[in-house]
Amino acid sequence: MEPLFHAATYTGYVYPNETVIPWTVLIVVYPYLTGLVAGAFTVSSLYHVFGMQRFKPVAQFALLASLCLMIFVPLPLLLHLGHPERAFNAVITPHWTSAFAVFGYAAGFYIILLLLENWFVFRPHIVQQAQQRKGLPGWFYRVLSLGSYDLSGKAMRYDHKWIFALAVTGIPAAHGLHGYVGFVFGSVKSREWWSSDLMPAIFLFSAIISGVALLIALYVLSCKLRKTPVDRECVKGLGYTLWGFLMFTLVLEGVEFGALVYRGREGIETILEYVTGPLIVPFFILQFAIGAVIPIAVLSYMFWEGTTGKALVAGVTLSACLVLFSVFMMRWNVVIGGQEISKTGKGLVDYQMVIFHREGLVAAASVIIAPLVLLLAMVRLFPPWADNAVPSSAPDARGEVLPRVVTETK
Amino acid sequence: MKKTNPALAARRAFLRRLGRAATYAGAALGVGSLGGVQKVAAKNESTSGTGSFPTKDYDWTKRRWAFGVDATKCIGCLRCVEACKRENNVPGDAHHFRTWVERYVYLEGEDKARIDSHHDPVNIAASGSEREYRFANRYKDAKVEKAFFVPKLCNQCTHPACVQVCPTGATYKTVDGVVLIDEKYCIGCQYCVQACPYGARFFNARKGVTEKCYWCYHRITKGLQPACVEVCPVGARIFGDLNDKQSPISLFIRNNRVHVLRPETGNAPNVFYVGLDKDVV
Repeated sequence: MEPLFHAATYTGYVYPNETVIPWTVLIVVYPYLTGLVAGAFTVSSLYHVFGMQRFKPVAQFALLASLCLMIFVPLPLLLHLGHPERAFNAVITPHWTSAFAVFGYAAGFYIILLLLENWFVFRPHIVQQAQQRKGLPGWFYRVLSLGSYDLSGKAMRYDHKWIFALAVTGIPAAHGLHGYVGFVFGSVKSREWWSSDLMPAIFLFSAIISGVALLIALYVLSCKLRKTPVDRECVKGLGYTLWGFLMFTLVLEGVEFGALVYRGREGIETILEYVTGPLIVPFFILQFAIGAVIPIAVLSYMFWEGTTGKALVAGVTLSACLVLFSVFMMRWNVVIGGQEISKTGKGLVDYQMVIFHREGLVAAASVIIAPLVLLLAMVRLFPPWADNAVPSSAPDARGEVLPRVVTETK
Repeated sequence: MKKTNPALAARRAFLRRLGRAATYAGAALGVGSLGGVQKVAAKNESTSGTGSFPTKDYDWTKRRWAFGVDATKCIGCLRCVEACKRENNVPGDAHHFRTWVERYVYLEGEDKARIDSHHDPVNIAASGSEREYRFANRYKDAKVEKAFFVPKLCNQCTHPACVQVCPTGATYKTVDGVVLIDEKYCIGCQYCVQACPYGARFFNARKGVTEKCYWCYHRITKGLQPACVEVCPVGARIFGDLNDKQSPISLFIRNNRVHVLRPETGNAPNVFYVGLDKDVV
């Protein structure tokens, strides 16, 4: 039988109850997933709302990715709860002074918004499949069409109004949801490491870079898998977005850390002991050097040199993968880091991740992989690719040319 | 175009209906949640006469409980810790405590206190069991300049950060001043454990809910003292009703210059201390 709890070792003086870390790796995964949702949605909005044409190849894919990720956002929380079957208590009797009380509503609203927007965006494909396919797939698409088969120009213009409105509503919804996750941590006054007004902003900007990075990585990977040429203008645009937001995120984190040290409140000696000790590998080496400095250097060099072609795609993809890792480490260093610094200000706790446990490594990794598996299935059901370069081995998807043309006449 | 118009109109009507349904659903949800708020708020009203309270003749509007600790008297015998564990069925290990005692030792030539508690591995090794507690004589060969003990427990704050962050209202402040947890309603998210600046809360993995000291609410509502107060051999723990001007706690607060822990958090704690020191956390 697995032990009921895992006690952590510590140095200095920590309160007796602090020797069991309350929030584990699952609570690292939770803001990570939410951030990916917000970031992916940002890219989709850059096209759907702000009309940035170069993001067109990934705009629909971004929306689909947002939905797949968002569906799994509540999972790490549910796995973490002592009584997951009571989770709805927070929705039935929300205690409004709690930053957590709004989660159920915010997440529910956002999932509905994503479902609606995806439905409108993929409606042409759904209708077409509903008319062409037979058997179970046909039945599936006919149900999804909700009985509406009209793809006329007028209907499409009408759909676009909805897509636009939903995308506009989604911007504050997605970013509000993630800024709010930052608030959940930033508003905890008992932990000096979290208690910062900048926390929501830092969470938000790191969310954007993680989402952009995820799209770059998945888009390039999908092109390799589909044997289609990568749209280099699109990748370059995403690279620029990543570069810019990455710089901004780093500045915000620097300002926050600088303020923490400069304020030098009670317990700062312990915080500095933590920063110059246990934090060296997870923060300075993994999150900062490998995850942020290398991507910034690579991107800066490429944009400075005007690198094009395969080298550009490779460089941007490499940077994206590193940023994805960096943002995960950022979540880790915030969530775990905050708990490793004792509330006494005179001790440090050492969190050891368990491998096989409801809140262990395997569970956390599964929660991260699950949305990607769902996405893999979803892109087959709803091809989001705007390049039309469908490999000849997939005749079913050939017919999507017509609706694509319609969506282009925006 | 004419052919598509009826279909388009039908879709518009469908979307309008969808929108209206969503509005109604939202309104219903809103009313439902308001009902919930009322239900939670109802916990703050008098329970006397409702029949739901364990002690029928107890009226929580008539009491204002408070706790005092005279750290100058504490001898670190840890009877309070063991009594609390037994009385409240607290997990019998060195990681879960509703009350604990800290030891502060200033050695000669050092300007910072060395702090430990009975959960420290050295002290557990000295007691020989995670279920029994004692302070090991670890400073017997050192020159001790000053040393004292500080008992700790839940401060039942006037503005409890734990209650503020609870998403369901499972933890709440009673009229008589104690912060309680409804363990049949707690979802076990542990946000309150994070929010408490005193480390007073812990997660009971067996029950799947958060737990903490509630000044032995089951005893004080029957006119008894909390278990830790009852067993303290030196009277370092003082408990009583602030509404009674002659109660031990009223006298303790009136006759001493008392401190609270971490007043800067704004939590307004209700455990009043005598004999604190600059290094007490």
